[in-house]
Amino acid sequence: MMRVSKPGLLTTVQDLGRPGYQQYGIVVGGALDSFAARAVNLCVGNDDNAALLEMAQTGPDLVFEQDVLVAWGGADFDATVSGQPLPRDRAVRIAAGEVVSFGLARAGLRAWLAIAGGIDVPLVMGSRTTYRRAGIGGHQGRPLVAGDVLKLFAPSPWARQILGSLQSGLKRAVTWTVRPETMGQPAKPGVVRALRGPECDWFAKEAQRAFFAAEWTATKEADRMGVRLSGPELPLLKPREMISSSVNAGVVQVPASGQPIVLLPSRQSVGGYPRLVAVLSADLGRFTQMRPGDKVRFVETTLAAAHDIYLARERDLARVRLGLARLAG
Amino acid sequence: MQITPLGDNALVLELGTVINESTHRHVQAAWRALAAAPLPAVSELVPAYTTVTIFYDPWAAVQAGAPAMGIADWLGGLVRERLKHPPKMEKAKPRVVEIPVCYGGEFGPDLARVAAQAKLSPEEVIKRHTKAEYLVHLIGFAPGFPYLGGLPKELHTPRHAKPRMTVPPGSVAIGGEQTGIYPLATPGGWNLIGRTPRRIFRPEQTPPVLLAAGDRVKFRAITPGEFSQQEERP
Repeated sequence: MMRVSKPGLLTTVQDLGRPGYQQYGIVVGGALDSFAARAVNLCVGNDDNAALLEMAQTGPDLVFEQDVLVAWGGADFDATVSGQPLPRDRAVRIAAGEVVSFGLARAGLRAWLAIAGGIDVPLVMGSRTTYRRAGIGGHQGRPLVAGDVLKLFAPSPWARQILGSLQSGLKRAVTWTVRPETMGQPAKPGVVRALRGPECDWFAKEAQRAFFAAEWTATKEADRMGVRLSGPELPLLKPREMISSSVNAGVVQVPASGQPIVLLPSRQSVGGYPRLVAVLSADLGRFTQMRPGDKVRFVETTLAAAHDIYLARERDLARVRLGLARLAG
Repeated sequence: MQITPLGDNALVLELGTVINESTHRHVQAAWRALAAAPLPAVSELVPAYTTVTIFYDPWAAVQAGAPAMGIADWLGGLVRERLKHPPKMEKAKPRVVEIPVCYGGEFGPDLARVAAQAKLSPEEVIKRHTKAEYLVHLIGFAPGFPYLGGLPKELHTPRHAKPRMTVPPGSVAIGGEQTGIYPLATPGGWNLIGRTPRRIFRPEQTPPVLLAAGDRVKFRAITPGEFSQQEERP
């Protein structure tokens, strides 16, 4: 069991989302940076899709009823356990009754905390993801509040073995780390890679050039659905109404105001604005960490290169998974 | 038939360029053919007015035999092949779903506004709104929200300049050329003409929503008394 003594600003139970129901208008959602979520789950011997906590800006204070193995990653939070810094990107032992406190994000915005076994909340339409607007999934369909008590599934044999060896060695954490931002072929700081979207040609040539040339600034208008950017105007070649169609996480849609919105996993299932570009899956995590005023540039890439980048990251994660499996047993 | 990437994990299959019944039939046929049997690496198919979007996992595609440097072409090829030789399917007979609506009063505070705009009596608006048969082009915006085609021209009414902060679930509304039903309490700028006692979004059921793309909808006027009797609660 895990007790929430302070909830933080917006702490929710997430897994990798609720795919398969967009045809009914139900958003996919899930951990905003799915790769970061998979990495911390891997650290504690969970399946990729195990339910974990996502926190934003101010993290929660948590107390566990039994000794547990946890791992966290993402933004640079001021995380502590019993007043000492809580090591990140690796498996950490938390003793029963210790207070794990995430405090404030010093840089970035969101982090993910996996607990060995995963959080035991009911599956709703095949997922444990909190769908706040519909009031379903996660813990009672809402962000956590003080006093919530969440059940945990039993840890895997691998996790029990790692926890056992930390306990007998009186160690806090393992020495190895899993750092998702180093895997595959990471983009340069301040740059994200993008593919042309279906309506790219609707924009004037100068607008297309301006989009890739400009430095864009993240605005305050940002949530789990998307981040609005500010920069040059992006006029269409001629006024044109878009027929509503699917969108995707990473799609940059441009409403009539001309200021683009980068869609994140809790986006709606369909959108009615021209889809100028789509950010690569590997670079989407950048937007989940942006604060108002942060800058970003877009660089165009090809679909073949995008898939190469996608596969490189998956191969690295698979390699780490194999390596970790050999640690125990 | 055009196939366009929507990021590195989705392809948009374009089956038309205008919203009409013929495009709708093409979308439905393609969607049904693609959904009839699993396609490797495909996680989800999403129909819209003129498109079916195919979500896939590039890593799973390579495991399933796609060449690493030609994943989209490989999947696009499978899609075209499937559409060329669709599996034998029962002929889709459109389902007609009747939606009871209590028009006007507290349930439809904008009925008078729509009537004034149409230069008709509120009774005549109700008559025309219930007489038409509507096509569910797609579900989106909110869980179970139907984008309905077929609203009689005279009932077209501009949206409110200032949206309401919250619209009660089940509200039947007109926004511009469209009519729809709000499944959840959400902000909304459409004109509320009535409310249905039926639940549009019902997450505990399969499927979790009342309407699906391809359905036909008929509205039927009911009294406030019938509304209370028929009201569905979670």
